Amino acid sequence: MNPSFRRTLQCLSMAAAFVLGARGAQAADITGAGSSFVYPLISKWSASYADKTGHRINYQSIGSGGGMAQIKAGTVDFGASDMPLDEATLKQYGLGQFPDAIGGIVPALNVEGVAPGQLLLDGNTLADIFLGRITRWNDAAILALNPGLDLPAANITVVHRSDGSGTSYHFTHYLSKVSSAWNASVGAGSTVQWPGGIGGKGNEGVAAYVRQIPHSIGYVEYAYARKNHIAHARLRNAAGTAVEPNMASFQAAAASADWDNSPHFSLLMLDAPGSDAWPITAASWVIMPVQPKNAANHAVALDFFEWAYTHGQDQARTLDYVPLPESLVTRIRTYWKSRFQR
Amino acid sequence: MPAHATAHALASGSDRSRADGQAAAGSHAAQQRSRRDARHDAWFRLALQGCALLVLASLLGAALSTLWGGRQILLHDTMGFLTSSQWNPVTGQYGALAPVFGTLVTSCIALLLAAPVSFGIAFFLTEIAPAWLRGPVAGAIELLASIPSIIYGMWGLFVFVPFMASIEPTLSNTLGRLPVVGTLFQGPPLGLGLLTAGVVLAVMIVPFITAIMREAFQSVPLRLKESAHALGSTSWEVVWNIVLPYTRQAVVGGLFLGLGRALGETMAVTFVLGNSYAIGYSLLMPGTTISSAIANEFNEAVGNHRSALIALGFLLFVVTFVVLLCARLMLRQLAKHGDAR
Repeated sequence: MNPSFRRTLQCLSMAAAFVLGARGAQAADITGAGSSFVYPLISKWSASYADKTGHRINYQSIGSGGGMAQIKAGTVDFGASDMPLDEATLKQYGLGQFPDAIGGIVPALNVEGVAPGQLLLDGNTLADIFLGRITRWNDAAILALNPGLDLPAANITVVHRSDGSGTSYHFTHYLSKVSSAWNASVGAGSTVQWPGGIGGKGNEGVAAYVRQIPHSIGYVEYAYARKNHIAHARLRNAAGTAVEPNMASFQAAAASADWDNSPHFSLLMLDAPGSDAWPITAASWVIMPVQPKNAANHAVALDFFEWAYTHGQDQARTLDYVPLPESLVTRIRTYWKSRFQR
Repeated sequence: MPAHATAHALASGSDRSRADGQAAAGSHAAQQRSRRDARHDAWFRLALQGCALLVLASLLGAALSTLWGGRQILLHDTMGFLTSSQWNPVTGQYGALAPVFGTLVTSCIALLLAAPVSFGIAFFLTEIAPAWLRGPVAGAIELLASIPSIIYGMWGLFVFVPFMASIEPTLSNTLGRLPVVGTLFQGPPLGLGLLTAGVVLAVMIVPFITAIMREAFQSVPLRLKESAHALGSTSWEVVWNIVLPYTRQAVVGGLFLGLGRALGETMAVTFVLGNSYAIGYSLLMPGTTISSAIANEFNEAVGNHRSALIALGFLLFVVTFVVLLCARLMLRQLAKHGDAR
C-alpha cells in the first residue's frame, strides 16, 4: 500500500467516524411535509434546534394538500397545512392538529396618488371588487369609505393567485364570510372559479402583476407586501374599526378568535371580533398522528414545537411571521396533554 | 469440416455472417470468430430493440397512468370534461375546454411567428452569411435552445409584459379597428394574454426549428444549387424552388417538433398568460393552458380536483398525438403533391 493511498484511507475513516459520531445514539431525524407558507420559518427553526439538540427536522415544502396526504398515509412524522382539518377527518385518520404560525393577508394595490395604507375598504366592497360588481376606482361605495381621497375614474384590474394556495383559501373564506353574494356565486377554497381578472403564480406573481398593471388590486401575504414595499389597503373589521395590517392587529385577531368552541383549533381567524383585529388573519396548522408509528420521533417533534413556541418567536418575528399569543400557546399545551399522551 | 457444412451451420445467421463463414471456411479460428461475430450481432440487435421498446413502454406507461389517474373524472362525466368550459373546484365542475383552447391558440401563434423567422435565419446562415459569421450565429442559436424555460418566464414577466402593455393600446387602435380581425386585438392593455404567451413561445421554439432547418438546408447537394444558379436563378429562387422542395420532409418535421414543444411548455406560459379559465375572441385577453393549469393547481389539489388535473395531462397526450397525426397526413399530402409536380 503506498503512503498517499494510506493517508487517503485514514482521512476517509476519520470522516466516516465523524459522520457516524454526529449521528449519535439519540439524534433523531424527524420528517415533515406540507405548507410552503411556513417553510422559511420551519427551516430557520430547525437549524437552530439542530444546533441545540442534534435532532434534525427535515421539512419538505410540497404544499398543504401533499402534506395532508402524507400525514394521512403516515409517511412523515408531522404534516403542515394552511387549511385546518375538520373534526370528523381528524377522528377518521386518528390525527391531532394545532396552529404553529400566524400571518396576515393584505389587499395590495397600484393606484396613482394613493399611498400605502391610505385607502380604506370594508369586506363587502372588497368582495364586490373581486366579483366585478365594482369596476371603477371612483365607485360610490369606495368613495363613501374614503371621503377626501382623490380616486381616478379608471377601470379596476383584479389580480388573484393562479396556483392553489392557503392564501387564496383564507382570502376567499373571508370574502364568503362577509359577502353573501360572494358566498353564493363563487364560494371558498384554495382554488376557486374567479369571476374575472388575471392570475399570478405565487405571491411574487401577484405582486409583479399589481406593480406592473396600473389601477390593479390583488392580495398577498403581509410578509411579502412588507418586504417588497407594495401599497396596501386598510380594512374595516367586524368591530367597525379601520385597522392597519401589522403584528399587533394579527395578534389581536388570534387572541379574540373563539378558540373555546373549536377543540381542535379548526377555526379560521377571519373577521375576528376584537376591536383591533385584522380581519384577514391566517394561520398554519401542524397535523400529527395520535398513535404514532415511531413514538420517539413523535416526542422529538412535539419537543421541537415546544422549543419553537418558547425560544423561536424572535426568529419568527424577523421573518415577519406573527408569534402566537401566550393564551393560545397555553391552550395548545393543554391540547397536547389530552390528545397526544406525551 | 468441409466448406459446405460450415456454410450450412451458419445458414440460420444473417447474410453477412454467412458470407463471412464461407470466406473463412477451413480455418477453425476464423470459424469461431465468425460465430462470435454472429452472436455479438444478435446481442447488439437485442440491445437496440430494448432501447426502442423502452421508449414505447415509457410512452405507453405515461399515457396509461395519466388515464388511470384521471379515471374518477373521466368515468364520472366524460362529456362534461371534454365539452364544458367551467372549471370550478368549489362546486366540483371540471371542464377542460378553456385549457385546451388556450394550449392550441398559444401554440398556433407561436408556430405562425416562429416558422418564417426560423426559415429566414436558416436561409441566411446557409446561403447568404459569410463563412466566418455562420459558426458564431449558429452557436448562439443553439445556446438559446438551452436556456431553461423559467428564465424565459421571468424575462417575459418583467421585461416583455410591460413592453406589450405599452404597445397594446396602439394595436387596439390600429389592427383593432379592422373589420374582421379587429376583434382579435380588442381588450384591456394588460400586457398579459394569449398574444404575449404566443410570442414568448415563438422565441423559445425558434432555435429548435432553425437548427433542424439549417441542417436540412446544408444537406442539399451543391450541384443542384449550382445548376440552378447557372441557369440564372436568384438566391431566393434557389431556396424556394430547389432547397425547400428537396428538404420538405425535414422542414415540416422541424416545424412540428417546435409545435410539440410549444404545446407542452409550462413555466414560461404560466408567467405571462394571466391564468384565467376563459375562452374569448381577443388575443389580448388572459387564458390558460393544459400544462400551466396542472403546474398551478397540482400542489394543493386533492380528490376529484387532482384526478381532473391528471385527466388534463392525458388530454395533452391526446392533443399532441392528434397534432402529430395531422402533421403526418400533411406530409403525405405534400409528398403526393410533390410527385405530381
